[in-house]
Amino acid sequence: MFKIIRYSFLDILKSKLMLIYTAFFLLIGFGLLNFSSDLHKAIISMMNILLLLVPLISTVFGVMYFYNSREFVELLMCQPIERKDVFLGLYFGVSLSLSISLFVGTLIPFMFYGLSVSGQIFQFFNLMLIGVLLTFIFSILSFLISVYNKDKIKGFGYAILLLLYLSVIYDGMMLMVFVSFSDYPLENVALALSILNPIDLGRIAIVLKLDVAALMGYTGAVFNAFLGSMNGILLSIGSMALWFFVPLFFYVKKINKRDF
Amino acid sequence: MVQFVDLQKKFGKLEVLKGISEEIMEGECVAVLGPNGSGKSTLIKTLLGLVLPDKGDILIEGKSILKQHLYRNEIGYLPQIAQFPENMKVKELIRMITLMREKPSNENDLIDYFGVSSFLDNTLRSLSGGTKQKINAILALMFDCKIYVYDEPTVGLDPISRVLFKNYVQQQKKDKKTILLTTHLINEVEELADRILFILDGKIYYNRSVKELISEHNETSLENAMVKMLENHSKNKAHV
Repeated sequence: MFKIIRYSFLDILKSKLMLIYTAFFLLIGFGLLNFSSDLHKAIISMMNILLLLVPLISTVFGVMYFYNSREFVELLMCQPIERKDVFLGLYFGVSLSLSISLFVGTLIPFMFYGLSVSGQIFQFFNLMLIGVLLTFIFSILSFLISVYNKDKIKGFGYAILLLLYLSVIYDGMMLMVFVSFSDYPLENVALALSILNPIDLGRIAIVLKLDVAALMGYTGAVFNAFLGSMNGILLSIGSMALWFFVPLFFYVKKINKRDF
Repeated sequence: MVQFVDLQKKFGKLEVLKGISEEIMEGECVAVLGPNGSGKSTLIKTLLGLVLPDKGDILIEGKSILKQHLYRNEIGYLPQIAQFPENMKVKELIRMITLMREKPSNENDLIDYFGVSSFLDNTLRSLSGGTKQKINAILALMFDCKIYVYDEPTVGLDPISRVLFKNYVQQQKKDKKTILLTTHLINEVEELADRILFILDGKIYYNRSVKELISEHNETSLENAMVKMLENHSKNKAHV
């Protein structure tokens, strides 16, 4: 498997898209810190960008890469390598290179503006951890969708639909639920609903660490009130881990059954 | 050497393989023939593990290969259409495949043999179809395997390379390699194959040696004998 990870990893790092992705974070990082050298504020702004951009890029790139590697995959499958290893290698190659782009692109400007002496280092690494988790989650979701759909257009459509659902429609639906049932105690419902959305979980984990009450929103406040910030962070990261392992399980299961 | 046991496969409602049982002996060169969509490629793909059969088994040297992968160390596969990662250079691709198998490989001899040494630094995207097919052949031939599977190997090759390829296969036959070949070119079958496995609608319709097929139908060439065989088949079908 490691041979395949290495190959797809190097293959992706060579691509222009990855360079643009890194450059984008570099630019945003320097831009934000240039306006205000307050690292705390810059982390908050970075969070908003990251929560929007990381799922988007991971989904789109994941689907594109999966369909474009068909030839590569078929070539590898005729070699004495286990199916599972070929497809896991491909997946980890994609998610690792996306994560590294994100990490490097964000770390450089923050280091340049004195992250190591600012006291915000844990907040920053928490942000990065969530960014990496979101990358892994949305890449596996897009790979899962792709492996179930032989038709490229269909796969792309479903992936975008899922992304839209989780990043836009979901919030609206939650708001509707809260408004319509505002006479009832909704704390448990809010907790359960957040666990069903990895982007919301990521946001909660970052905000709880940053300890900014104004940004918590209803679900964040529920997490904070019920569990305290430490347990809240642990629960949200734990739930995000489930968002990674469950799709991964179904991905491997489907791989072992599919015809090529 | 290779044994198919009651192999069945459906794609949705379409039954592609309807119970194929056959054994291929060591050192034998078998041509798998049949019209388009008869199930030839599916049969070959099940041997490589690309397609998983619904029922039945495939044995190599007596051992089942279903859900295994190490047996592919002993198979050199030349697919029908050259499919490669486009951004890779030829030499990178060859190196990558050599790393995938822990086996000695003679890619340099083959690069000279097929005359592609000047393309090694080119990306695969920039190669012509024929050159791609030569690279494809190098990847399939460079390991010393017991079994070779060729799916329409010479499509897209120029006449000289075609002869080179056929000569190479002749040498492999002398070395007692087991070869499975699909092709639509009758002269290739005549030159290379010991036996013909004619597949029709997912079943083995005819299974004899090349000589037998010709003499059975009182013909002088394989091509005419095959036409006669198919004519008989459609007549029988009409009677039913």
